[in-house]
Amino acid sequence: MFDFSDVTTPLHAFLSRLLGESLAVVTECVLVAVALISIYAVFAMIMIYAERKVCAAFQCRIGPDRVGKWGWLQVISDVLKMMTKEVINLRQTDRFLHRIAPFLVVTASMTTFACLPWNKGAQIIDFNVGVFFFLAVGSVGVVGILLAGWSSNNKYSLIGAMRSGAQIISYELSIGMVMLTMICLTGTMSFSEICQQQADLGWNIFRGHIIALPAFIIYLIAGNAECNRGPFDLPESESELTAGYHTEYSGMDFGYYYLAEYLNIVVCAGIAATIFLGGWAPFVVPGLDGFNEVMSMIPGFVWFVGKTFFVIGLLLWQRWTFPRLRIDQILTLEWKYLIPISMTLLIGMALLVSFGLTF
Amino acid sequence: MEENEKSICPETPQPQPVQEEKKETAPTDKSTSQPTAAPTPKPAAPRPTPPPASPAKNEIKPEVVTPEELHERLAHLKAEGYSLLENLTGTDWGEEGMGVVYSLTNPETFDMTHVKVIAADKETPYLDSVTDLWDIANFYEREVYDFYGIIFLNHPDLRRLFLREDWVGHPFRKNGYEESNNPEIAETDEPISDLAVKYTLTPDGKLHKEETPLFAEEDYVINLGPQHPSTHGVLHFRTRLEGEIITKIDPHLGYIHRGIEKISEELTYPQTLALTDRMDYLGAMQNRHALCMCIEQALGVEVSDRVQVIRTIMDELQRIDSHLLFFSCLCQDLGATTSFLYGFRDREKVLDIFEETCGGRLILNYNMIGGLAYDIHPNFQRRVKEFIPMMRKNLKEYDDIFTGNVIFQNRSKGVGILSKEQVISFGCTGGTGRASGWHNDLRKHRPYAAYDRVEFKEVVRTEGDSFARYMIRLDEIRESLHIIEQLIDNIPEGKIAEKMKPVLKLPVGSYYSAVEGSRGILGVHIESKGDKMPYRLHYRATGLPLVAVMDTACTGYMIADLIAIGGTIDYVVPDIDR
Repeated sequence: MFDFSDVTTPLHAFLSRLLGESLAVVTECVLVAVALISIYAVFAMIMIYAERKVCAAFQCRIGPDRVGKWGWLQVISDVLKMMTKEVINLRQTDRFLHRIAPFLVVTASMTTFACLPWNKGAQIIDFNVGVFFFLAVGSVGVVGILLAGWSSNNKYSLIGAMRSGAQIISYELSIGMVMLTMICLTGTMSFSEICQQQADLGWNIFRGHIIALPAFIIYLIAGNAECNRGPFDLPESESELTAGYHTEYSGMDFGYYYLAEYLNIVVCAGIAATIFLGGWAPFVVPGLDGFNEVMSMIPGFVWFVGKTFFVIGLLLWQRWTFPRLRIDQILTLEWKYLIPISMTLLIGMALLVSFGLTF
Repeated sequence: MEENEKSICPETPQPQPVQEEKKETAPTDKSTSQPTAAPTPKPAAPRPTPPPASPAKNEIKPEVVTPEELHERLAHLKAEGYSLLENLTGTDWGEEGMGVVYSLTNPETFDMTHVKVIAADKETPYLDSVTDLWDIANFYEREVYDFYGIIFLNHPDLRRLFLREDWVGHPFRKNGYEESNNPEIAETDEPISDLAVKYTLTPDGKLHKEETPLFAEEDYVINLGPQHPSTHGVLHFRTRLEGEIITKIDPHLGYIHRGIEKISEELTYPQTLALTDRMDYLGAMQNRHALCMCIEQALGVEVSDRVQVIRTIMDELQRIDSHLLFFSCLCQDLGATTSFLYGFRDREKVLDIFEETCGGRLILNYNMIGGLAYDIHPNFQRRVKEFIPMMRKNLKEYDDIFTGNVIFQNRSKGVGILSKEQVISFGCTGGTGRASGWHNDLRKHRPYAAYDRVEFKEVVRTEGDSFARYMIRLDEIRESLHIIEQLIDNIPEGKIAEKMKPVLKLPVGSYYSAVEGSRGILGVHIESKGDKMPYRLHYRATGLPLVAVMDTACTGYMIADLIAIGGTIDYVVPDIDR
């Protein structure tokens, strides 16, 4: 199995020799940041294109097909358009908060993106309380949304932001609870160790069986709500609130919200892949050695990206099928159903682990 | 238009009558613009139209009451069972003065009675308001006030309805209205008043004006519209919120008011037809059918059986078209964008059928006074027969993806409940009324065209909520398909248009005809003084009652419910504003 530390360790050694320890770390930080931002941008483009094409397929349409073959240049032209558009500053808005809000959202999204374990040895942020860190920085995004709604001085935006605040904070509870359930199984909060364990022992969704599967489903529901995606897209439900909290944004300021929304799906799916579906761990079946060998030859990041897109596919499928919920129904779903269920799951998992019923 | 006819003519089963027809209709259309084109020289004085052999079927003879006894008489009639105010037409009779014709209907038997009143004062006419008897009178009286300046005493909120609040004068008055007082193109923002106006009569006979604020200073009011995705057009709801709960809606109308009724007063009868398709663009066939029927009946013209059957088929296709758009837009409003496109995919087929025969897809211009503009296209029957099974199959798909969806059911069941008394009081006809258990389908209760010879169910539900309104529409698509199925193979041979005079003159009198439009009773009220132009042409719009009921339907529900309620009540804005 390809280990990415085979690349990073010699590189680190080389840079240390060349520049000295401290300068080497600075250089590596810059390299990592550039890599992160590029991957972020590339994934955003893939996501936007995929969403447009997938939704077109669901809706008996063709989707973008005018710019480039199969419309593949569409996203690039969209990005160009977005970047060249004027950023409109409105009178009577809180200028400072209005400008800072999209950056908060995009920063939160990028930091969580950096938590994803792409391959063995290829994590950007990895330490013993990685899951905890992920949950913490993920919540910063909601501050950006609330600020956007407040600073726009627009009633629609404010309602959108209030809804968003209520929704995201609620659903973070069940995400946390579900993650706790899985941590109960893995016994570690470090993403790299969680993946390594699954490579050694099997995917968590199989190890935790009857508890892990419902936990996975709850995670998908809550994660979808965290991303403000349909059927939970009411912070920006266009038929009621025109565009919710980002009604008053234009140009690249709006683009950041757009970017963050799509990347949050990738992050949500990536974490689902990491925690439940083995991260970069290949699919192995005990006993089938030939099959396992072939599977292990596929590099880890292919596995990871593949699993991530599988989950994204599930999310897109339901997003384009269901109508939108109402705010009270969303909160009812969370507080009356998902939280009790996820608490039960946590207890169930604790019992499974203590009686040694996991694989 | 003529090229179209030529291309169709050789393929029609009976080319001979059609060719004759072409010669006849052309001068009718152009009678005002090219009077010399008529084959015979025009006589110096126009010939008076011979009175119809039998009195016109739709002539109304309103009972005339004095302003003093008006309220009492109407209250008495309401108690007698005429509890639906189907129509209210303000008119300026010139010398006689200004007044109103109230058209009352018994909501069970659909018998009609008409009451006419003329205000005593000609300069500042005033009448008693009947808002305490019928909820819809609120909007109807505001419309009359707007157009004629008739003041309705004790009306709680007598503001203008369609025109701008800074408009000078009342444009429908026959004397004393100066067009030049108002700018041709307004360049200022419209002032929107926050004051409800109430007029009362002081004991010494003077008008007393009283203004009360609509919203309190600390109310949280948001403007849904004029540009808003869920209002389905340019419509403006000032919505007062308590958190997310709606406590009041004040609809502000008139953004696409084109003065169709006023324009019609200066057009000859055949010319007025052109404007009907532009009212409720999802009921273009039915609107025009209503006007043609009203004029034909007033003239005593009997259209052929072929025309009746084709009109019926077209009306039903239009109804399917409208209900499909209803389904699509509701899905879109509730965030189910996939089902939205499913609906549009199927509606496209209906539009293709229309396009082949009528040449238009939205503005169809198909019915003419005395018949149809063209015969059906040779492909028409085949394509309709292909469409019926396809549509039935796709309706199942709608049920699978949307009707059965638990989110949709949660969002629509028990939301926006209207009782039967409320829908009758507000005059909400069509699917909205039938969802509340009111049997109000004119196709059953006052059959016209070929509806008396086809078998179909009047779809009625009793829940009165958004889900019931939604299901009514889907079931009506099935019934419409059933009606079309019975008629499509049995289109009788015959003339597609009667021979009409180049200049049509309706005999003196008042006429009222109504059809079942896509979203309710669409009535046409014509006051004729024997001219070639209508003295007053009023449409009983299907949409106005539906918007009027929004306040009642939405109060107590959430903003998200307003979308579901507005979507299922199914109004079309150009029809409201006219």
